[in-house]
Amino acid sequence: MAVAAPFLALLAAILLNLVLFLAMGKDPAAVFYALLLEPFMSWSSFSEVLLKTGPLLLIAQGLAIGFRAKVFNIGAEGQFILGAIFASAIPVYFPQATGGWIWPAMLVMGALGGALWAVVPAFWRVRLNANEILVTLMMSLIAIQVLNYLLLGPWKDPMGFNFPQSVMFQYDAMIPILLPGTRVNVSILLALLAALLAWVYMQRSFGGYQFMVGGLAPNAATYAGFSQSRAIWLSLLIGGFAAGLAGAAEVAGPIGQLQRSISTGYGYAAIIVAYLGGLHPLGIIASAFLMAALYIGGDNAMVSADLPVAAVRVFQGSLLVCYLAAIAFVRYRIVRTGGAPA
Amino acid sequence: MSGIEFILAGMLAAATPFLLAALGELVVERSGVLNLGLEGMMALGAAIGFIVVFEGGGHVAAFAAAGIVGVGLALIFAGLALGLRANQVAVGLAVGILGQGLSSLVGNSYESLTITGLPKLAVPGLSDLPVVGGMFQQDIIVWLSLLATLAIWAMFRYSRLGLILRAIGENPAAARAIGYRVTVVRLCAVMFGGAMAGFAGAYAATVYTPLWADGMIAGRGWIALALVVFGTWLTGRIFFGALLFGALSLASLVAQTEGWAVPSQLLSSLPYIVTIVVLGIITANKRLLKVNGVASLGETFGP
Repeated sequence: MAVAAPFLALLAAILLNLVLFLAMGKDPAAVFYALLLEPFMSWSSFSEVLLKTGPLLLIAQGLAIGFRAKVFNIGAEGQFILGAIFASAIPVYFPQATGGWIWPAMLVMGALGGALWAVVPAFWRVRLNANEILVTLMMSLIAIQVLNYLLLGPWKDPMGFNFPQSVMFQYDAMIPILLPGTRVNVSILLALLAALLAWVYMQRSFGGYQFMVGGLAPNAATYAGFSQSRAIWLSLLIGGFAAGLAGAAEVAGPIGQLQRSISTGYGYAAIIVAYLGGLHPLGIIASAFLMAALYIGGDNAMVSADLPVAAVRVFQGSLLVCYLAAIAFVRYRIVRTGGAPA
Repeated sequence: MSGIEFILAGMLAAATPFLLAALGELVVERSGVLNLGLEGMMALGAAIGFIVVFEGGGHVAAFAAAGIVGVGLALIFAGLALGLRANQVAVGLAVGILGQGLSSLVGNSYESLTITGLPKLAVPGLSDLPVVGGMFQQDIIVWLSLLATLAIWAMFRYSRLGLILRAIGENPAAARAIGYRVTVVRLCAVMFGGAMAGFAGAYAATVYTPLWADGMIAGRGWIALALVVFGTWLTGRIFFGALLFGALSLASLVAQTEGWAVPSQLLSSLPYIVTIVVLGIITANKRLLKVNGVASLGETFGP
């Protein structure tokens, strides 16, 4: 039955937003066509959906592992940015370098950068008992400033007409294209591989079982000797690693340089993706695909139905609200208690 | 005006958004509920408040409207977290994302517009003092927030309501056993927190910096959440924490005008860095948290 929750949520979110679009004086039919159907109507826009699925899938898989252990890493946005920065260091400092090693090295650097950004919240939580929600979020806000500093200062393209962006990366710094004629590159395979690994780890291994017990029944986990510190460190490092990898794949893929708008809220959207997928590795594949379609549909709706980009963020937010309500209705039954039993 | 005078004169106003949001969250958390949607509630309050003033509604209506939308978001939070007993962390994040989305949607056509703030009211005599005089020239909302701080302090210290809130936060099962309606009290606390977050946002966008820019709350709701922990759930300490962050945000302005050779991005990240460092120092002291903390914070409660 829990499988029904995301579909109920999608339906409820569509209905709620229908009211909103009517209130905004938009034609709901045109908006929903652009938002939900148009992304699948042509090969070129469908390939863009696949392209967006990659980062969302990677980040959400990493986050879901932590969420299951009740480790709430909400700073994937910052880990993504650090991943992009670390990956960009190679083409920025070695713009003339050639060779097939460059883009794989950038992905490795990015993953390390993302994981590094998660070290602070992990240490703070394990050793200093500080709430990881606040620390990961603060790290994200700092990451944006680090990015701005680099783009306005040392890493600014000297030939870039003073725009806050780095040089365009050389050919070998770009991830090879997977589907000819589109922008879909090999990194989508990495994301799918990550989903497979997450499935094996979370559903089929003792380590994943320990995580789940730690999240559902912390006392039982402690009693069984499952280390909570280990779960916190692993959750945050895996989350940072995956988000950093996604950030690297973004600059070495569709963007091709380091710039301010490398992330369009992927880190936050991935939180929604993780929940909507029921924190299950396979469910997340579906929800990442849906969220990616919403991104592309939002771009379509902006052009064809004059819908502000923010409306898509409202749709995403209401989707999560509706999901949390739906899951409660699926899990529990409403019973009249006739007042609180003492 | 020297740097010190500038900071002394401005820090109360700079602290007010933090203070209002943190005071609301204090009441919410004292009742045992963790509302992580603060940032979104502030953002929507800011957008609505700005729009009301811009369209000629005046500041009173702006604060009222901001309070109402804050309560609206709080009701969504309460419906899910208290009514349907969903995970408070997830619900808080969801409501926060929704609030931020709504704020940029409604504020879309007002981007970068400006309005006029509120006049400053001076305390006669005190405002003429050298150096500290500026502290006694503040707008009406600052004075009201100081009053609210005092009222909430007194509520927890002396009133029956304060005791009921604390009892429910410490041990909801016991509180219900002696006849208190846990969910109703928590609902009221969450609504109060939503209204205060709305006011905090309205102050930020219509008085402190009277302009609208998407994302202008810039993490202040999250810092307010951290302030409640810094203040170890005590009104007085939260007040001084808010002042510290007010002063800190002005210090970066001073540093820029004095032309210090520090990258402006480092100065902008200073509040976030200080939050992380102070949070670590306070929470590392487990005894402090045990004495003042709220035992049932964030746990769902129901039959």
